[in-house]
Amino acid sequence: MVASALRRAVTIGLVAGAAALYVGLVGLVEAFQPRNIVTGYLGLGTVMLGIIAFVAGYRAGAPMRVGRGAVAPLGAGPILAASLLAGAIAGAMLGALVVVMDAVNLQVMLVSASAGLKDALMFTDDAISSALVLVGLSAAIAVVAAALHLLPERIRRPITWSLVTVLLISMLEPIVRVMLVQLDAQWSFLPFGELANFLYLRGGLTLTATIVLLVLVPIVIVGWANRDRLRQRRERREPRDDELIEDIADTTTRPRERRRLTTSQMIWWGLFGLFLVTAPFILGVRLSEVIGTVGLFVLLGLGLNIVVGYAGLLDLGYVAFFAVGSYVTAVLTSPASPAFAPELSFWAALPFVMVAAALIGLMVGFPVLRLRGDYLAIVTLGLGEIARILFLSDWLAPWVGGAQGILRIPPPEPIGRDPQQLYYPIVLFCILAAIAAWSLANSRVGRAWNAMREDEEVAEATGINTTKYKLLAFATGAAFGCIGGAFFAVKIGSVFPHSFDIEVSINALAIVILGGIGSIPGVILGAAVLVGLPELLREFAEYRLLIYGALLVAMMILRPEGLIPNRQRQAELRESEDDDDQYASDAGAETGEPVITTGAAG
Amino acid sequence: MTQTQAPPEGTATERGHILEARKVTKVFGGLVANRDVDFAIPYRSIVSLIGPNGAGKTTFFNQLTGIFQPTSGEIEFEGRSIVGLPAHRIVERGIGRTFQNIRLFGDMSVIGNVMVGHHVRMSSPWWASLLRLPATRAEEAATRQRAKELLELVRLPRRYEEEWAKNLPYGDQRRLEIARALASEPKLLLLDEPTAGMNPGETANTTKLISRLRDELGISILLIEHDMKVVMGISERITVLDYGQKLAEGSPQEIRTNPQVIEAYLGRQATTE
Repeated sequence: MVASALRRAVTIGLVAGAAALYVGLVGLVEAFQPRNIVTGYLGLGTVMLGIIAFVAGYRAGAPMRVGRGAVAPLGAGPILAASLLAGAIAGAMLGALVVVMDAVNLQVMLVSASAGLKDALMFTDDAISSALVLVGLSAAIAVVAAALHLLPERIRRPITWSLVTVLLISMLEPIVRVMLVQLDAQWSFLPFGELANFLYLRGGLTLTATIVLLVLVPIVIVGWANRDRLRQRRERREPRDDELIEDIADTTTRPRERRRLTTSQMIWWGLFGLFLVTAPFILGVRLSEVIGTVGLFVLLGLGLNIVVGYAGLLDLGYVAFFAVGSYVTAVLTSPASPAFAPELSFWAALPFVMVAAALIGLMVGFPVLRLRGDYLAIVTLGLGEIARILFLSDWLAPWVGGAQGILRIPPPEPIGRDPQQLYYPIVLFCILAAIAAWSLANSRVGRAWNAMREDEEVAEATGINTTKYKLLAFATGAAFGCIGGAFFAVKIGSVFPHSFDIEVSINALAIVILGGIGSIPGVILGAAVLVGLPELLREFAEYRLLIYGALLVAMMILRPEGLIPNRQRQAELRESEDDDDQYASDAGAETGEPVITTGAAG
Repeated sequence: MTQTQAPPEGTATERGHILEARKVTKVFGGLVANRDVDFAIPYRSIVSLIGPNGAGKTTFFNQLTGIFQPTSGEIEFEGRSIVGLPAHRIVERGIGRTFQNIRLFGDMSVIGNVMVGHHVRMSSPWWASLLRLPATRAEEAATRQRAKELLELVRLPRRYEEEWAKNLPYGDQRRLEIARALASEPKLLLLDEPTAGMNPGETANTTKLISRLRDELGISILLIEHDMKVVMGISERITVLDYGQKLAEGSPQEIRTNPQVIEAYLGRQATTE
């Protein structure tokens, strides 16, 4: 087993090394290096390489799979040896790059093999010694990462969380700092400004702040855990660690059960509500605008989630609904609408947008009623493009202005186009949409959709009018998408056909997949990550699609159920990996014990 | 058999039949799966459909439930034709079914599966679900309650309620399918090999359950089954299909001694020796 662990470590090391080289040679390291994580000490480029070494070490020290579904942890020796090997290999590959770059000018072939990259990788003046430092550092990081496997959960968690917190607080500098500055302006008697100056320097954390955070976060987490433990001890005998793990596995592999809000949950919700109301003033104009954009995609994501997540109809032409929503709003409200300009107010136009949405949903729904899976995806993809081309066409140009689009769309009364005000209706509609989606999902309708997704033929034979429910899914999804489109129109103030290309559909789908198919909180988080972060971290803009792709691939491998999974879908994906364990799970169910597939533990 | 007959006098209901199929023929391409099958199920009876593999039993079933449409022939349920109706409308009329190879909604909870079954008997429209009107919530609660009762009826342990359907042991999955079918409040229940793959104990339980459904709930039952002990034990009438045609019909005793049936099942030798 040790031999196979080492073999695995070599593979992991080579993959990690290749990843590091790739990241370096496409220019990511150089591009991100100016972004400070710890100002003066660490740039984001270096941190990225460090994360690669960290992940490599962690994977190399992970328990080995023995047979299907079963895993065996490694001993301390093999873990350290394997991670050392993996880290050293990855480091050596980077080191080799440094040596080669020092000897010959690679930039002739590889544009990004620049001096900036070399600077980021050179820790000393000499290439050879720099390479050795890289090997050593990489191996050290890998060993530290692997050592986490040896620590008990209660020590491991504070450590990982403190690292993650430092990284997050540093990365979110644009948000956090602006927030603190705004707060300082409002309540200057509180030391928000001082806090901002203490935390940040030139876009990154200060060294002192880093150290303080690294110490403080574990203390808070340990304190919190102790509090929980004390409470549990008061309630009943203290459960052993392994029992706790079983409890967790139990709740995650089971479908949702009804729960009531506890007092502390109510307080958290109250605080959250208060934050939502005051957010535009705490966050300032720029961030309010970002939230508005995120909100649009939350609406799109929630709508697409109904079609794809609940009803299981893979729609790649979702942009059509978004476009129709925008254009209907534009035509009805703008005085510049070419043929027909009733100049309604935004709110008066909204009901018409909804009706148009339902109609367009049915129009898309009818032709694809008999299609499933791949065929449905291809046809809807085409329908989405048709929508864009129609709006661009000469045929519709007299009404919608062709390539010139429609300008001068008035903002919703009495709110102006000021992002800090537009924030409110967008967030309000996001909340309404989330509630609507949730209500439908947890009703007869949602059940019918789920049944249809599971097995259309049986759903029909169980009494579900699949035609009706498919159309209902499309119409509901369309309504959400169209409202998103309406807000898009007033937010920008003009509409053009080229705003509605396939990328919108892909973004919406990526949000749903990243967040967790069928999960409402997942959609919100997905939109925040995929739409909000690129808006904030401008360094990413150039590499956005690359990062999108990498993120989605990584998600599919590591967490196919999404960031905040719908519990139902999670079990589905996890257990299909272990279909051969049918007998094992049967036996588990027979004795009434919770069925825990080992795959779900990782 | 092949000569044309005048349609029978009176209505099916007057003859005491909840379901009547007359000269049902189903052709797939060149393959005749059912040829001129005449078949009737009296009210409150347990009727079995047997025959060798590939005799066209399941095809016949699928025509009764609207999954296939017969090429020709007539099917009447409670005196009204059901030919041409989509499957969900037939469920609404009152025919429930289970599947030969269990087809549950595996990634839904056990109780969720049963609640889907009750879908046709719920009346709140989609917009009422959207608004979570009190009547809708009451209906939802009543459905959940009804589902629990049905799970109890088919003897599924209470702790399974929130379990994934696919995690249940095989026998329980079959029972869950029956509960799902019952949730649609059928007047006629079609069971496609309900005891397939069960051990003798489970088979006995299921047999008992089927009898209870008829005796206590008054549901008529049509059974496809290979286990002769089950078939002979609970059916009042048995119809034998072979090569898509009706071979024989009668009480269990008549079928047991019918030479044609024995030949179809065991080959010619068995009858001559």
